[in-house]
Amino acid sequence: MTAGTLMPYDEALDRFEPVLGLETHVELGTKSKMFCGCKTTFGAPPNTQVCPTCLAFPGALPVANAAAIESTIRIGLALNCSIAEWCRFARKNYFYPDMPKNYQISQYDEPLCFDGYLDVEVEGKTVRIEIERVHLEEDTGKSTHVGGATGRIHGADYSIVDYNRAGIPLVEIVTKPIPGTDRLAPEVAKAYVTELREVMRSLGVSDVRMEEGSLRCDVNVSLMPRGSSEWGTRTETKNVNSLRSVERAVRSEIERQAAVLAAGGKIVQETRHFHEDTGGTTSGRSKEEAQDYRYFPEPDLVPIAPDRGWVAELKAGLPELPSVKRKRLQAEWGLSDLDMQAMHNADAIELVEATVAVGAPAADARKWWMGELARRSNETSTPLADLPITPEQIARVTELVASGALNDKLAREVLEGVMAGEGTPDEVVESRGLKIVNDEGELSAIIDQVLADNADAAEKVRSGKIAAAGALVGGVMRASKGKADAARARQLILEKLGVQE
Amino acid sequence: MSAITRDEVAHLARLSRLALTDDELDHYATQLDQIIESVAKVSEVAADDVPPSSHALPLTNVFRADEVRQSLTPDQALSGAPAVEDDRFRVPRILGEEA
Repeated sequence: MTAGTLMPYDEALDRFEPVLGLETHVELGTKSKMFCGCKTTFGAPPNTQVCPTCLAFPGALPVANAAAIESTIRIGLALNCSIAEWCRFARKNYFYPDMPKNYQISQYDEPLCFDGYLDVEVEGKTVRIEIERVHLEEDTGKSTHVGGATGRIHGADYSIVDYNRAGIPLVEIVTKPIPGTDRLAPEVAKAYVTELREVMRSLGVSDVRMEEGSLRCDVNVSLMPRGSSEWGTRTETKNVNSLRSVERAVRSEIERQAAVLAAGGKIVQETRHFHEDTGGTTSGRSKEEAQDYRYFPEPDLVPIAPDRGWVAELKAGLPELPSVKRKRLQAEWGLSDLDMQAMHNADAIELVEATVAVGAPAADARKWWMGELARRSNETSTPLADLPITPEQIARVTELVASGALNDKLAREVLEGVMAGEGTPDEVVESRGLKIVNDEGELSAIIDQVLADNADAAEKVRSGKIAAAGALVGGVMRASKGKADAARARQLILEKLGVQE
Repeated sequence: MSAITRDEVAHLARLSRLALTDDELDHYATQLDQIIESVAKVSEVAADDVPPSSHALPLTNVFRADEVRQSLTPDQALSGAPAVEDDRFRVPRILGEEA
């Protein structure tokens, strides 16, 4: 593991232009595996979701999962791809314990979907990412490396393997090389993976959780000197397990390659590993192990020839795609590009939409999700969607505020109570005693006390300096612990002092 | 001119993690060469209008419904494993020291 020198990003970009490529793997959310009936539940005890087929016992034969084929075609259609009229699975041969068959069933020169694109928004600009291919394969087992200092494969004494994941349908989405992103390369890479994740979510084909590995990304980067048109040698960085890491991996690889090239060195075409802790990459498999997979058509599975009518049906049945939906919601909610982008970045759009769907006005729903709840999300490093509060509960709080039962300050306390597990908004209002003081007698008594305690201010108001009433309203709010209706309190104060607005 | 060289057989053996002796390499290179030559005879009768075929059956779109079936128990799954640890298959070191 060598740390290596880096060139500062700005300098690297002054001298070189990056070309990107992204390979994304998405585990499909089918009930059963790609070629057998084993379950696909994440986190099950080791080797409890395995059978003769996915363990490659002699004589066991694969049969393709219809739902996985359908999901892959829908992904291809959502990414504006052509769908193959006829294609085959292929055997990718390699001897490695993560696949008990000693090959992976994949697709080679005949992907199910090809030649598409996905548009992403970066800093107000639309960048079209061309999609080379979308193909279907099976996931591998999970190895744990035992012994050695680091728990890594290098220096391990031996490994132990759980095949629960082996055979789960895996869709690989490969972009064409992406030139011309210039300084925005890291942001474009991140925006692409983000958008892809949303497309998958809208299709309902995968839970796309990067932290659980159901969405994984390999980042290819090469540099060419400014003014050159010949692309440089690329590296492929694996182990990039969060959206933020996608951005960091591109940035750090640009800085590393620039330093190597500037010092007169050569970039080695290799696999590199991203390290979450340092934000850098290190060299992976050595180049002597140049891949030689000896692909050939999978003899155990017959070709796939998707019926054109069926493909047309699937296309017609696609949901509204995220970018289209964002434009529609932006218009409906009357938001600026900037506000919409902020909501997009905060992953708040779906939550606001869901809150509006259960009756909250859009402005209120947005105010809470992007204000109080976004703050909580940041403080606790919890994604907005994982906060212990539901759109229905937010909608109820906005309803209580609209009806005058709560003001914003009390509403914040209600949200806090709900997130602390104290029950529904109504239960929190009840148990914490957060209702606005609507009882005129109670409010009147509080005001009388405040007027008595602030005789000077009261006198000023009485003599016509109505501006001084603000301090008295403030006093009432303090005395009521924020539970008074400020507007009503002001009305009553002026009444009692015999003046009018 | 042989259809497969001894070096190619050695390469395939390495990819397949097979430790072959020199004698075995000679032996398999000769055998594989004969096999490839025999199979190549097919191309002598295949006319231009016969497309290459990968499957013997004229079938497409053989799928199964996405339904869960009973898996093996871990004990059953691991019963044939040469070594087991923590309900997992234990395998020898994957990469050598210098890798």
